[in-house]
Amino acid sequence: MAESINCDICSKLATVHLTQIVNGKIHKIDLCETCAKEKGVTDPNGFSLADLLTSGVENEDFEAVHKDLVCEECGFAPEDYKKLGRLGCPRCYENLAPMIAPMLAHMHKGVSHVGKNPENTLIREVSRQKESNIKAQLQLAIEEERYEDAAKLRDQLMQLGEENETSNVH
Amino acid sequence: MSIRSILKTRGELTQNSSAKCPIVMSTRIRLARNLAQYPFPGWAKKTQKEEVLGKCLEVVARIPKIKNPAALRIDELKELERQILFERHLISRELSNEPEGAGVIISANQACSIMINEEDHLRIQVIKNGLHLKRAWNFINSVDSSIEESLDYAYSEHLGYLTACPTNVGTGLRASAMLHLPGLVISGQMEKVVRAVNQLGIAVRGIFGEGSDASGSFFQISNQQTLGESEADIVKRLNSVIGTIIEREEDAREKVLEAESSKIFDKIGRAYGVLKNGYLLSSSEAMNRLSLIRLAVDFGSFPEQSRLLVDRLFIECQPGHVQLKANKEIDLTQRDVLRASFMREAFADLPEPSFDHITR
Repeated sequence: MAESINCDICSKLATVHLTQIVNGKIHKIDLCETCAKEKGVTDPNGFSLADLLTSGVENEDFEAVHKDLVCEECGFAPEDYKKLGRLGCPRCYENLAPMIAPMLAHMHKGVSHVGKNPENTLIREVSRQKESNIKAQLQLAIEEERYEDAAKLRDQLMQLGEENETSNVH
Repeated sequence: MSIRSILKTRGELTQNSSAKCPIVMSTRIRLARNLAQYPFPGWAKKTQKEEVLGKCLEVVARIPKIKNPAALRIDELKELERQILFERHLISRELSNEPEGAGVIISANQACSIMINEEDHLRIQVIKNGLHLKRAWNFINSVDSSIEESLDYAYSEHLGYLTACPTNVGTGLRASAMLHLPGLVISGQMEKVVRAVNQLGIAVRGIFGEGSDASGSFFQISNQQTLGESEADIVKRLNSVIGTIIEREEDAREKVLEAESSKIFDKIGRAYGVLKNGYLLSSSEAMNRLSLIRLAVDFGSFPEQSRLLVDRLFIECQPGHVQLKANKEIDLTQRDVLRASFMREAFADLPEPSFDHITR
């Protein structure tokens, strides 16, 4: 039988022991059954050791360093992350990068994505950009009274619209 | 829509046991995906979640790979129905507890489930019986691509698929296998194995309680990192780690049989006795006893056909499923009585374990 170890959170007898090595650093967590349940350790779907590891890290500096950060898309701020352990929206990754980037380096094998791409999403994105480009050019052509150019641009826009229609975007 | 249709159909976990790899109960892969234009579910307003739910239900229900799916809104399910889906690994505790705008789509064979508005907008999951990580990846990859044909995913070239929790960003992929490791538990090697496996960035989840086999000696082995490694590499690495653990488990079983055969036969015999003759059985006792019966099937001490029975009983002995048998909500003691009674029934025709072929 293993020697008795106390829970890292409440000091009761720990029965759940987890170890993970991230980038060569050993992280060990010992929890009692109550705290393990509370942290979702016993729920095979909802638990990630990395959450536990990051939630306790650098708490004191955390707020001071990231005081002025906020996601302009969704209003999410670093203190919300401290509370929820999750981000507000996809744009948070850019808008709160100074907070998120060091965490990612700590949690993962690398800092950039390797693997599958959402092909259709990317194609649609490119075509949206193209569309807004043409629209801007069209606006300019109209303002400068270059009507022949404007007609051409309008045709291009129509054609693009038809293509998008067939790809059935939601 | 109720979950009755799901319960009537043959399920991947309850009807498909394979002897090819007795140590691996099941393989699971999940992908975390989000829609580009919405806040993550934990930060979204109710109306936004409803919009996401509507869009996702519409798109996912049309995917050809998922045949005759059941599309369910969690807020329309009874507590007991949620519990049953949870016990079958088809929804998470979190989805069950936060029903606002939450939904799930489950394929008829229960091998694929897609949770909507859990931690992420979409949690696509594929479960296979036995060890089939590659097959699971191929399947989930195609399901994911079909969904993405109609929905814009949140994605960045640099960080990959963007997820509510930074621990999932990148591939959004978590691959796992549920392993049955009584040999390593009995021989006290589990902790050592966990340490070794962790060095490879692979996590082991399980409760190492007093006596250590408190959870039926089941352990879930999964990748922890999602950024900086491709899906194929994650799956390959996990596969090789699982291969090593299987070897260790086989080794441990052999050694236990050599050194302490009476001890292990005694455990199996007692488990058989309790399951066949008990009148009160908690779910954790049932899990532990069934775990030993499963080990005995691996030893050839029970007929191979009984593996299916045991694997089904692992799920049916859970509190929700016991109440399903009772057709109503019943208290703890009544559950223990009923559980013992259907175990007696299930084991009535199972012959006594035979160990002669092992001791020779």
